[in-house]
Amino acid sequence: MVKALNKPVEMLGSTVLDVTPSLGRLTIYMIHVFMWFIRPPLRSKLFFEQMVFMGNKSLFIIMLTSSFSGMVFAYQIYLGFTAFSVDSFVGPIVAIAVCKELAPVFTGLVVAGRCGAAMAAQIGSMVVTEQVDALEVMGVSSIQYLGVPRVFATVVTMPMLAGIFMLIANTGSWVVGTQLLGIDEAIYFAKISDFMNLKMIIEGLIKSAVFGYLISIIGTYQGFQVKGGAEGVGKATNLAVVWGMVTVLVMDFFLTAILAKVL
Amino acid sequence: MSYAASIEFNNLVKEFGEHRVLNDLDFNIHEGKITTILGFSGAGKSTLLKHILGVHHPTTGQVKVLGRDLTTLNEAELREFRTNFGMVFQYSALFDSMTNYDNVAFPMREFTDMTEEEIHDKVHWLFKQTALDDFAFYKLPSEISGGMRKRVGLARALALKPKIMLYDEPTTGLDPITTHMVDDLITSTHNNNADIPMTSVIISHDIAATLRISDYVAFLEMGKMVVHLPVDEFKKSDHPTIKKFIELSI
Repeated sequence: MVKALNKPVEMLGSTVLDVTPSLGRLTIYMIHVFMWFIRPPLRSKLFFEQMVFMGNKSLFIIMLTSSFSGMVFAYQIYLGFTAFSVDSFVGPIVAIAVCKELAPVFTGLVVAGRCGAAMAAQIGSMVVTEQVDALEVMGVSSIQYLGVPRVFATVVTMPMLAGIFMLIANTGSWVVGTQLLGIDEAIYFAKISDFMNLKMIIEGLIKSAVFGYLISIIGTYQGFQVKGGAEGVGKATNLAVVWGMVTVLVMDFFLTAILAKVL
Repeated sequence: MSYAASIEFNNLVKEFGEHRVLNDLDFNIHEGKITTILGFSGAGKSTLLKHILGVHHPTTGQVKVLGRDLTTLNEAELREFRTNFGMVFQYSALFDSMTNYDNVAFPMREFTDMTEEEIHDKVHWLFKQTALDDFAFYKLPSEISGGMRKRVGLARALALKPKIMLYDEPTTGLDPITTHMVDDLITSTHNNNADIPMTSVIISHDIAATLRISDYVAFLEMGKMVVHLPVDEFKKSDHPTIKKFIELSI
């Protein structure tokens, strides 16, 4: 009986013991990234290269995701609202949901899947092939050379991608709402301007910048932690995606609560 | 004959937890000479190399490189100090996203004010020094052979005219002809840069290459120094471990 009761406690203790050092290392890594960010040289070329990789190459998938998200969301809301003859509210509902939630969260999930994984794989394979050691031996900080440009580029690029998501998702919603389902265009826009405000867009953009920071920190950290060859790189890539996505979803709740008070 | 010490190990002890990896090492690596650190796997050779680079700090004792105790340097000073080193890695460790040219130019772009024209001339000269063809200039490391990658790695290591060259198992995994080529390259690199005395430290367990190119041999076993001798005396050593190592290697 006592043994059976002890087991879950032991498991909990073991999990805490596993997770605590990892969190500590992650925190130290975040401090190092910040310290190397404020120290010269500013590696602007690497930063712009990463911006192209994060932003430009994620653009198509963001456009595809946002257009269909906006359209399907508008359609679903219309189906529900039309029963109560409040289908004129489709526009503001979609606009608010997209700007405050869907744009930062979906963009975060896409970037975590695409770029977080790529960061872990790129840095991880450099660790395995001693390229990171080579940087350090030459006197170049691997965190400043590999980590900082990726983190900084993701923080800057994510709000841009989220902004594009907002624009395209709302366009999709407008197409479905007014052109396919017959909602009056003037009412559609009037209701949006009645209920939407700039703070909602700012909330979405702040969220996406925070998600970008977390995704890139997790992705690069997992890359630097790689041990044991190709298997280690695969494991790090997997962890970067899983933790990146989970972090986006969990932090969304806390950020919503904080920003509701702040903004 | 005594030489000035380039690297000094003073009663160096390194422990990881309860495991003692380096045990009271007390010897000098002579300036301007080629010293090979030999030993079985797990003898502590790589840990010793990391102490030279300041990656690891001694548990007790001291490591002095070019007269400076690396434990007294802060991070920025240590990074700057590392420009005194050139290192050739076991598998070259070239940056795979850069061309061979950019790999060799990298240290110059990072640490000097040289113009792109000057860098171009220096890279060209380094390619010649390491017997590399110009056709490899703008190829990626993945597009050239292992031996050529080794040469590009050597060219990159020489870019800042280091005072100490470190070679981590430079011939592991290479065929006999390429092994000879790399050995010759190490010797010629050492001799061609005689204007400033270059100290070369090779971590290896390749006994044939060691006997061919070294001036001094240090033999480690279980973290302890077995012998540290000029190569001619090492060949004649009747220490049972050395004899066994040579017998098993040949």
